[in-house]
Amino acid sequence: MSTRTFKIWRGDSGGGAFNEYDAEVDEGMVVLDVLHRIQALQANDLAVRWNCKAGKCGSCSMEINGRPKLACMTRMNTFGPDEVITVQPLKAFPVIKDLTCDVSWNYEQNKRIAPFKPQPRGRDGEHRMYQQDVDRVQEFRKCIECFLCQDVCHVVRDRGRKDAFVGPRFMIRLASLEMHPLDDDDRVPEIMKEYGSGMCNITRCCTDTCPENINITDNGIIPLKERVVDRYYDPLARLARLFAGRRMRTKTRSEEQSK
Amino acid sequence: MPTRQLTVLGGYPTGPAATIRKDRWWVSPAITLIVLTVFSVYVTWAALQGDHYYANPYLSPLYSPVLYTDPSVAGAAPIAHSWLGVWPSWWPGFLPASPALLILFFPGVFRFTCYYYRKAYYRAFTGSPPACAVNPVASRRYRGETAWLIFQNLHRYALYFAVLYIFILYYDAFVSLFRNGEFGIGVGSVVLFLNATFLGGYTFGCHAMRHLVGGGFDCMSCGKTTARYGAWKRVSWLNARHPNFAWASLVWVGFTDIYVRLVSMGVITDLNTWTN
Repeated sequence: MSTRTFKIWRGDSGGGAFNEYDAEVDEGMVVLDVLHRIQALQANDLAVRWNCKAGKCGSCSMEINGRPKLACMTRMNTFGPDEVITVQPLKAFPVIKDLTCDVSWNYEQNKRIAPFKPQPRGRDGEHRMYQQDVDRVQEFRKCIECFLCQDVCHVVRDRGRKDAFVGPRFMIRLASLEMHPLDDDDRVPEIMKEYGSGMCNITRCCTDTCPENINITDNGIIPLKERVVDRYYDPLARLARLFAGRRMRTKTRSEEQSK
Repeated sequence: MPTRQLTVLGGYPTGPAATIRKDRWWVSPAITLIVLTVFSVYVTWAALQGDHYYANPYLSPLYSPVLYTDPSVAGAAPIAHSWLGVWPSWWPGFLPASPALLILFFPGVFRFTCYYYRKAYYRAFTGSPPACAVNPVASRRYRGETAWLIFQNLHRYALYFAVLYIFILYYDAFVSLFRNGEFGIGVGSVVLFLNATFLGGYTFGCHAMRHLVGGGFDCMSCGKTTARYGAWKRVSWLNARHPNFAWASLVWVGFTDIYVRLVSMGVITDLNTWTN
């Protein structure tokens, strides 16, 4: 057992301050355990969101020593013996109280995305797909919606461009739908013009931060950017579509409706 | 009870490159900045020289393919190496008579628009952002790659040309096994083969290549062992190592030019098996 100093941001949307707490830390503890000990012994009104304590619910997202992390997966033995541990709420979202944020903006983005639209059934009346074709989509299904990727994305976090970019979490949701072998919808115009694929400058912080190790950038966002290139910036692909007699949408649904 | 109180509005630091991170986050962008700057300065200097890019039978990759050559220049490629003949008289006098200036555009655009390098130089040169959870350096309204940076979509076209260069570089490496008609091998041949291999690993592992060979299809195999799915898997393997190949090929292409240049200038002697 050792005594460690925690600097925890306490406050609400009206403002706040860092409070320092000295807490006893036992072997094997994670940051969330220590926060619970501080909550139990020193600050009963400390607001911290948590649920599974196993890195699977995505509730205990916060910033620990300046980096977005899950408190339940951040082991205390990863810090130096005299290191003060700074804990803050997520920067990208409005603070409700202490370490809890209002992440409802994310759910609003989710509602904007056209849902899965299955292809017509095959001649045998079944939907068929093959494991090797859905492998890459299944990677995206590992997402636990902790929104750490949203928090670390500088477009959402620092640039104030929530109006122009849905963020990495919803780019991989879009990728999981667009690459699905049985999905029949086309979201490419919306990906470029409404969800903001061009706003991402591929600095890969989302991938570096993801606790599920989803390769958000290489397997999700960049393939979507390449599909946008196919549609809008590749005259050879456009010529090929012309000769093949394939017409593809270049306007979003809202653009088509307003015409 | 809290032991001390520190007043920090919102808890987050403000200002360019400010962060609460305590690790040495600046090391990676600093190394990137140094390596890319040194490489860019050296390649620009080497491309402007127009001499000592050939040391029989080695040709510097910065000058390959040689479209025109002036055999009277020290260390220039012989006329047999030139695709279009002797140096043209129409070449503007204010520009250095360097064959590299005719061919470096496409590899340059390919590397500049590469998805991996974009991360590297956005972090290192523009601080957008310099590291994860570190404030961006520029504060003006951010438009990502939707405004003038829309040219990054040229990457696919640069790829088409870059693939051609790989075959040319392998040809150069193969030709380097013959000096004055005699088969042999020298350190320079090994250097040239490694250069083509690193560049090949980098080019064929490119994200645009991954998309073109199969990634653009929702049903890549449809349950069959298709060439498309096999190619996608192989390119994906290379793609997972794209940063490694990006740095290895960058360093090696510079080293290869230095090696050929020093052999051509007589500063170092190439160890080889030739007798003539």
